[in-house]
Amino acid sequence: MSEQERIQRNRSTRPDAAPAEVSVDTTKGERLKADLDELLDEIDDVLEENAEEFVRNYVQKGGE
Amino acid sequence: MALEKVLGIETEYGVVGGPDRDPITASSLVVSAYARRGERVDWDFEAESPDIDARGLGRRGSLAPVVETQLANAVLSNGARLYVDHAHPEYSSPECRTPLEATLFDLAGEEILRRAQRVANEGLDGASAITVYKNNSDGKGNSYGTHENYLVAREVPFPDLVRTMVPHFVSRQVILGAGKVGAETEAGQRLDPAFQISQRAEFFEEVVGLETTLRRPIVNTRDEPHGDAERFRRLHVIIGDANRSATATFVKLGATALLLALLEDDGPDAFPPPPSSPVRAVRVIASDPTLRAVVELEDGRRVTGWDLQDALYAAAARYVSRGGGAAVAEEDEVAAVLREWREMLDGVRDDPDRVADRVDWVAKRRLVEGYRERYGLAVTDARLRAIDLQYHDLRPERSLSDRVGLRPLVDAAAVERAVNEPPDSTRAYFRGRCVAQFPTEVVAANWDSVVFDLGEGPLRRVPMSDPRRGTAALTRDLFDRCPSAVDLLRALDG
Repeated sequence: MSEQERIQRNRSTRPDAAPAEVSVDTTKGERLKADLDELLDEIDDVLEENAEEFVRNYVQKGGE
Repeated sequence: MALEKVLGIETEYGVVGGPDRDPITASSLVVSAYARRGERVDWDFEAESPDIDARGLGRRGSLAPVVETQLANAVLSNGARLYVDHAHPEYSSPECRTPLEATLFDLAGEEILRRAQRVANEGLDGASAITVYKNNSDGKGNSYGTHENYLVAREVPFPDLVRTMVPHFVSRQVILGAGKVGAETEAGQRLDPAFQISQRAEFFEEVVGLETTLRRPIVNTRDEPHGDAERFRRLHVIIGDANRSATATFVKLGATALLLALLEDDGPDAFPPPPSSPVRAVRVIASDPTLRAVVELEDGRRVTGWDLQDALYAAAARYVSRGGGAAVAEEDEVAAVLREWREMLDGVRDDPDRVADRVDWVAKRRLVEGYRERYGLAVTDARLRAIDLQYHDLRPERSLSDRVGLRPLVDAAAVERAVNEPPDSTRAYFRGRCVAQFPTEVVAANWDSVVFDLGEGPLRRVPMSDPRRGTAALTRDLFDRCPSAVDLLRALDG
C-alpha cells in the first residue's frame, strides 16, 4: 500500500477528521483502491496453496 | 397488454473433489446431502419435453437433451428444484414474479449449495472434500450453464423474439459479464484476449437453435412452456454468466423482462437491429475489456456493445416513461432496474472502478490485474487463473467475490427465509407449501403439477397450468385450514 493511501485510510477512520474537499466519487475511488490493496495483501492466505495444481485439477464436464 | 413476467434462474454449479473425483458422484453427494435434511420429494418427469422446438419444427428425438432420471433429484420447500444435471449440481429457482424476488431466490440457491456442500463434506475425509463454484467454465473448453426463464405471451411471433433479443443478448455482457482470464475455445483463442468480460461468450456458435450443450445458440428455441402452451411461451435464455453480484443478477432479470414486455406491448420497432454476424459480435465484444470493439449492424451502422446496450436502455426507459413496466414489477422496483442499468452502463464507460461494487467482470479484473502488477506476473500465470476460479468459490473462507466489496441487494434474513419458504407470488407457493406441509403424501412434483399418494386409490395429480396462480393470495387460507392432504384435495375438488 502506498504511503498516501495509508494516510488517506487513517484519516478516514478518525472520527474528528474534517470531510475531505473532494467529490463523493473520488473518495469512493480512493477507498476502493485502498480496499483492493488490503485484499491483495491477504490474498495469498486465501488462494489455494498450489495454484498450478488447483487450476490443472479443475476439470468439468460440459453441462446444460 | 404485456404478460406478467414470471421469471427465474437455473444454475449448474461447477464441482470438484469427492471420494472418486467423479463429478457425477460429487454432484449426487451434494444434492442428496441437502435432500437428507428432510423428507425427500421426487421430481416428476411426466410433463418434461425439452425437445420441442419453438420454431415449430416438432419433436426431434435425436436432439433431446439427456434426462438422467436415476440421479438425485428433489423438490424443495421453497419451490425450487435441486438435482444432478449431467455432471453438475443444479439449482432451479422457483418461479418468481419480479426481478428482485428472482434475485433473492437465486441468492437462496447459493446458500442452499453452500449448506449442501458443508453437509456432504461432514461425511467425507479432508482429501475427498467437495467444493462447488458458481461459475460457467473450467478454463479448458468445458462450459455449463446459467439459464434464465421468462414467461412470454404465445402471440409474440418467434422471429420477433429473435430479432429483438439478439442485440440484447450480444451486448448485455458489457455490464453483466462475470469475466474470465484468457480464452479456451479455438474461436476465443484466435482473438487472444488476456481477459474476457464474459465466461460464456466464446461458447456460442449459432444464432438460433435447440441445442444447449453443442453448437450453443444465442437464442435457444426450446419450447417447453411448463404451462398452458396455448397462452404461454417460456423463453429459455442460455447466454448468460453466473453472477456473484446480486445487482448484476437483478439488472439481468429486470432489463431482459422490461425488453420482453416492451416487445409484447409495442412490437419490434423500438429495438435496434441485430449485428450482421451475431456470433462473431458476442466474441469480439467479450474479448475487449476496453469496450471499444466495434461490430456491424444489419443496417450497416458500426457500433460498440456499449452503444447497443445504451440504445436498449433508452428503449426500455421510454417504455417505462409512457407507463409500461407494470408487467415486470411495481413502479419503485422498475425504477431501480433502470437506475442500476444506467449507472452500470455509465460506470463501465467512464470509470469502471466506480461500478466495481456491482459489475462482476470489473471486480474480477481489478483483482487479477492488481495481483499481476504487484508480482509482475505473466498473463498466463496459473495464479491468475486460480484467482478467476476462486472468485466463484462459495465458501466464506475461500471466496474472493465475497471479499471484493460487492454491494448486497437484500439482507441475510430475507435470504434465510427464501431458503426455506416459497415466494408468495406464483404457483411455486402451492408447490412449496405442499412439500413442506404434506411431505409423506406428496410423492412427486414438477413445474406444472403436484402428485399425491393418499394411501388408497389412484395417485392424484393437481395441475398448475398457469404459473401466475397457486399464489399465497389464492391458496394460503386453504393450506391453513387443511390439516391433511385429504382435506386439501377435497377442498380443491369442492
